[in-house]
Amino acid sequence: MHGGKGLKKTGAEILFESLKLEGVDTIFGFPGGAVLSIYDTLLKYSEEIRHILVRHEQGAVHAADGYARSSGKVGVCLVTSGPGATNAVTGIATAYMDSVPLVVFTGQVPTMLIGNDAFQEADIVGITRPCTKHNYLVKDVKDLAAIVKQAFHLARTGRPGPILVDLPKDVMADSTEFSYPAKAKMRSYNPTYQGHPGQIRRAVKLVAQAQKPLIYAGGGVILSNASKELASLAQKFSIPVTTTLMGLGGFPGTNPLFLGMLGMHGTFQANMAITHCDVLIAVGARFDDRVTGKVETFSPRSQKIHIDIDPTSISKNVLVDIPIVGDVKNVLKAMLKFFEEEPAQDWLQARADWLKQIGEWMKTSPLTYKSGPCIKPQFVVKKINEITREITGGNFIITTEVGQNQMWTAQFFTFTQPRTLITSGGLGTMGYGFPAAIGAQVAFPDKTIIDIAGDGSFQMNIQELATAVQYKLPVKVAVLNNHCLGMVRQWQQLFCAQRYSQTLFEVAPDFVKLAEAYGAVGLRATKPEEVEPVIREALAIRQPVVMDFVVDRDECVYPMVPAGAALTEMLLV
Amino acid sequence: MRHVISVLVDNEPGVLSRISGLFSGRGFNIESLNVAETLDPSISRMTLVTRGNVQIVEQIIKQLNKLVNVIKVLELTGSDYVEREMALIKVTAETTSRAEVLRIVDIFRGKVVDVSPKSFTLEITGDEKKIQAVIDLLVPIGIMEIVRTGKVAITRVRKEGANASGMREKDLQKS
Repeated sequence: MHGGKGLKKTGAEILFESLKLEGVDTIFGFPGGAVLSIYDTLLKYSEEIRHILVRHEQGAVHAADGYARSSGKVGVCLVTSGPGATNAVTGIATAYMDSVPLVVFTGQVPTMLIGNDAFQEADIVGITRPCTKHNYLVKDVKDLAAIVKQAFHLARTGRPGPILVDLPKDVMADSTEFSYPAKAKMRSYNPTYQGHPGQIRRAVKLVAQAQKPLIYAGGGVILSNASKELASLAQKFSIPVTTTLMGLGGFPGTNPLFLGMLGMHGTFQANMAITHCDVLIAVGARFDDRVTGKVETFSPRSQKIHIDIDPTSISKNVLVDIPIVGDVKNVLKAMLKFFEEEPAQDWLQARADWLKQIGEWMKTSPLTYKSGPCIKPQFVVKKINEITREITGGNFIITTEVGQNQMWTAQFFTFTQPRTLITSGGLGTMGYGFPAAIGAQVAFPDKTIIDIAGDGSFQMNIQELATAVQYKLPVKVAVLNNHCLGMVRQWQQLFCAQRYSQTLFEVAPDFVKLAEAYGAVGLRATKPEEVEPVIREALAIRQPVVMDFVVDRDECVYPMVPAGAALTEMLLV
Repeated sequence: MRHVISVLVDNEPGVLSRISGLFSGRGFNIESLNVAETLDPSISRMTLVTRGNVQIVEQIIKQLNKLVNVIKVLELTGSDYVEREMALIKVTAETTSRAEVLRIVDIFRGKVVDVSPKSFTLEITGDEKKIQAVIDLLVPIGIMEIVRTGKVAITRVRKEGANASGMREKDLQKS
């Protein structure tokens, strides 16, 4: 127990005292009527808790999300009731789909007005029930400390996720003795961290006998900080690795065993390998439809091992042979241990044919694009990759928006470290990357943070330029400006006989002038030879910079597996 | 296939909505749902009847378990259990049919709980088949209104003296 007995504190004070005890030093938020007293109390805690004032509540949640994904800590937001809370919903759903630990505090009208259609009232607990791991309405100030404790416990344990805590105005003004529980007491919540040893042994035996094993790693590897264990397993036993979008960085992109991302825009070799492997080891991944393509033809020849902390992910989309519920890091450690007990083998020799086959696939159709007189977006991504690596020595984080910019980043950027790619994978939220970059920059003031964006996505949360400028966060935005909604345009080109319905922007802002209007720096490249100087100049400036790369409008992301098709039915360049 | 699932949950506002929201959001169907407090007032028991293949029901059970307010989930289908449902049936009872209605009530060990010159209200308890049999017999006579509780179910105690299923509220109170 913490805090002195007998001394009464208001709900707002209890909130900040609890946050301090949870180790929170930064919150992202936007004030309003229902949270007036909380913001007033915040002034007393300004030494200990830094508040980042965003320009839209969605930005607050994405920024807290970027902060959480980059640092591994819990991201915290504070927004007002009604529209403040509903604006936060997209951010919450984004975090929920990608298992990001967040605690979102929303203001609420006073308890006696709840249900009366009061001004700025919304049933946010009802609205967010399906897109939070759990949520709370605090009805009595006496419950507040225990609920905050539970919220942080739930957010960061098991499969992480966002927790919403709704704070009625009167409850926050009410006062009680503050005592923070040492433990979150919950009789019904008990995640499984250790995998079942019998299942792990079976899995190891299966992998040891495999001729053509393949690891398919997802975001769970990064969430569980298991990159080292994954690399050991792959390296020691010569097992090739493909990752999902969320898994990029979880295995070194420079390792010869790495096949690149799989799925709809995955590499030729990854999609071929997963179709032909005989044992598939799914690690912290959930067989999403963008990964599997047509489920009936997904990895048809393999026996499947699935390691995941969330039992609901197992056999949801694809039936598996050996399910292992547990924390990825613990299970991989156990697998490594049990492997040592297997009869020693020359694993490289044992996999020689399989690795040779994969090597041939790698040569068949490597990622590529055709150069032309105008700037190719893939070229910009490759250049950012080269130059950032050279200048920062690896001390960088890339965020993306959603669409072509995201897929080209996944394909043409080499991620070697976990938590260096931050992207909205599950929900696919346009407008995510820029506020997420702000959050990552708050967590890591000295890292180079670059949002690889499209002109469509960037405009969805462009107002956060003011936030970046206000807090002197030198975030870089690389806009792959094709004057259209590129990914939807691509689908219309391929599947709607080039009927471009509402995807071509007739009006677009001048991003350079817009950046300047906000007090940031704007740079533009219109020819291929201008790309490198613009990137170098941007990286040398300790201010927010928007780089406007005017790129080829008609460029498409390849390979592409049409939605619902088998992974081998790839459209290639 | 039909599955009966018994769920112990925190007796808190919003829990029913979490469960029903889970079913609607994920496209699972609910055939009937019954909720009431247990011996421990902080715990409610829900009896759910749903339909789906083995994979769907496995997902339903896992998803229910994932909810923070769910304490324990037990699938009763496949184990030894007793299931009951009650129906209140308002049936027309003219001079010509009054005796017939009473005979049916008697055969099915039902009760008459309300009488008027032109109607009877019957209380019938039993499993689904029994309730359906009564309804089938009463339809030709004329059912005016019907209310059913949905199923409640409980495991049978194994005769060797072993514990029934670990679903006992007594055990839960300790944890």
